[in-house]
Amino acid sequence: MTDTAYRQRLAKRYAAESRFKAYGAIALLLTSAFLLYLLVDIARKGWPAFFEHRATIAVTLDAAQIDAANPGAADFSGIVKESWRSKFPDFSSRGDKKKLNLLLSQAASDDLRQQVIANPALIGKTVKTEVLLSDEADLYLKGQSQEIDKAVLEKVLATVPVERHVSWRLLTNGDSREPELAGLRGAIMGSLLTVLVALVLGLPIGIGAAVYLEQFAPKNRWTDLLEVNINNLAAVPSIIFGLFGLAMFLNLFGMPRSAPVVGGLVLALLVLPTIIIASRAALKAVPPSIKEAALGVGASDQQAVFHHVLPLALPGVLTGAILGLARAFGETAPLLMIGMVAFIADVPKGFTDAATVLPVQIYLWSDLPELTFQSKTAAAIMVLIAILFSLNAVAIYLRKKFERRW
Amino acid sequence: MSDVGKVSPVEGVSSRLTRTRPTSRHWREAVVKVLLLASAAVAVLTTVGIFASVIFESLVFFREVNPFSFLFGTHWAPTSEPPSFGFLPLLAGTLLITLIALIVATPLGLLSAIYMSEYASPRVRNVAKPLLEMLAGIPTVVLGFFAALTVAPLIRNTGESLGLDVASESALAAGLVMGMMIVPLISSLSDDIINAVPQSLRDGSHAMGATKSETIKRVVLPAALAGIVSAIMLAISRAVGETMIVVMAAGLSANFSFNPLQAVSTITVQIATLLVGDQEFDSAKTLSAFALGLVLFFFTLALNYIALRTVQKYRQQYD
Repeated sequence: MTDTAYRQRLAKRYAAESRFKAYGAIALLLTSAFLLYLLVDIARKGWPAFFEHRATIAVTLDAAQIDAANPGAADFSGIVKESWRSKFPDFSSRGDKKKLNLLLSQAASDDLRQQVIANPALIGKTVKTEVLLSDEADLYLKGQSQEIDKAVLEKVLATVPVERHVSWRLLTNGDSREPELAGLRGAIMGSLLTVLVALVLGLPIGIGAAVYLEQFAPKNRWTDLLEVNINNLAAVPSIIFGLFGLAMFLNLFGMPRSAPVVGGLVLALLVLPTIIIASRAALKAVPPSIKEAALGVGASDQQAVFHHVLPLALPGVLTGAILGLARAFGETAPLLMIGMVAFIADVPKGFTDAATVLPVQIYLWSDLPELTFQSKTAAAIMVLIAILFSLNAVAIYLRKKFERRW
Repeated sequence: MSDVGKVSPVEGVSSRLTRTRPTSRHWREAVVKVLLLASAAVAVLTTVGIFASVIFESLVFFREVNPFSFLFGTHWAPTSEPPSFGFLPLLAGTLLITLIALIVATPLGLLSAIYMSEYASPRVRNVAKPLLEMLAGIPTVVLGFFAALTVAPLIRNTGESLGLDVASESALAAGLVMGMMIVPLISSLSDDIINAVPQSLRDGSHAMGATKSETIKRVVLPAALAGIVSAIMLAISRAVGETMIVVMAAGLSANFSFNPLQAVSTITVQIATLLVGDQEFDSAKTLSAFALGLVLFFFTLALNYIALRTVQKYRQQYD
């Protein structure tokens, strides 16, 4: 009797054991599944944005319409539309012509203009040229939307060759109101400029602070205060840094709005605690015997640190710096506060030009109603995540390659 | 100077010998030391700067709006005429979303941490840890996009098929995704804490015949409790201060509601939307963002302080 009761209790306890283990495995699986679903969902949404559709048509570049001395000034829009419509004599009514024009992107004429400016010998000839289709036609061809006159489009497809190409515009164009033309070049440049400022300011200050705290700081109340301060700073929400940037850099110092230099300043302060904490850990990992040996042969305190301890800690410091860099690349909220959120079509050329950054561009595009922008947003996220993952891969590589156990 | 003498007698002697005639190296080292101290001071200056800028603008705001009607008002409508600045609906919205996030993240994060530190084979660990780090590295603007375009419609459709009325920008969608955001934070902090529990405690429990899960539940977790609580507090502070997920997936209209299927607004959403766009610094509308920032600053600071204190107390037990 007692024997069966005992066995039952034991079976129960073992069942509880395997249940508990299963809960843990499920938690881990759920989290991984979420990450996987997120990545797949975004890739699925963003993939089409890496492609565009172009039709190949013959365009007559009439010498009467294009001034060879100044080819850029000619009405290429008219020329392209004329040739385009002439391919479809069936569509003669005003409404049909309008529908035909709607299938072409604005870029069609701009592309031809560039082609002629680059090669004026083309004037007077009939050239085969590829014209970009509009976003509505593109969406239909990608099977994403039906909001277009199917009869007209199908007729076009039957008459002229339309092909799918990789869309480099996504990376080489600036932002645009036209969904099929909007690109990330401005945002990527803005991100690079901003993060460069953050790195140039944040890295030396962060390493300096870490070296001071780890190697030179006396043990007293001020040092304790400094440490508590840095830990607290790491926990301050990023949007508060934005408020600080707005009140201090823009209002008090009168620095320009939307400028990478201000964004970089704010991000430098934001990633400072990350860099300091990582650098301190790396410095702490170098055994004191190294420093003592240097001091023993007559090096000064600073020589011991800068010639021996710091170089040995450098891989760890760099890893921390790269992680801080990745954080700066993905940060959005503080940059909204300092006005890096405007529509900016031009690619920024300097640190004080109005600019936006990749995450903010994602935020801006995600708000737009056009379907093409939705997939461009996802594509922009893919670009951002690719940058972040490669930064992390570099950090992991550095850690693996230079990691040293003492 | 004092620590130089302490660490190295040789150095102490040499500096004493040359004190009367400082060489260029001494000057250089003095300058470097000042520079290092200055770098460390930047962190303090930043804190002071943040504090000063937030408090200064808030004081201007409180000259126009009574602090009591700000803190205890139940209606938030900064753009209506006349504007009203009642903070409570925002607090309710923030707490609601944070609560949803915690309900998601605490069990997931904690159980993942337990599984990884107590059960998982090294191979599983080697896969799971980078995955969690990857999730931690996803920018919040990406999570916001996912919450607004994938999770929110999913919840809305599910709710509708069940006959529930779900807002398109429900607190639930934002809270769920925010929960997933803080899972890696809770799991990595808990992982460290659980690993810090001495093996002898586990061995003792196993020797008494306890199963692994009994050991974890009755020995390891109680020993790690203080650390886990502080990890959760840090997670709360993260969730309260998170901006992009709620800006993109939660609402703008500040409903005073605890219904997770309704749209609510949060402190950070209001700060972000009040300051994007026009920038007249004399209007109460713009300044109210700084008052909200002040509240947020103190809230997260307090949470962080308590969390750090708890960890410090806990660490002393086993060192």
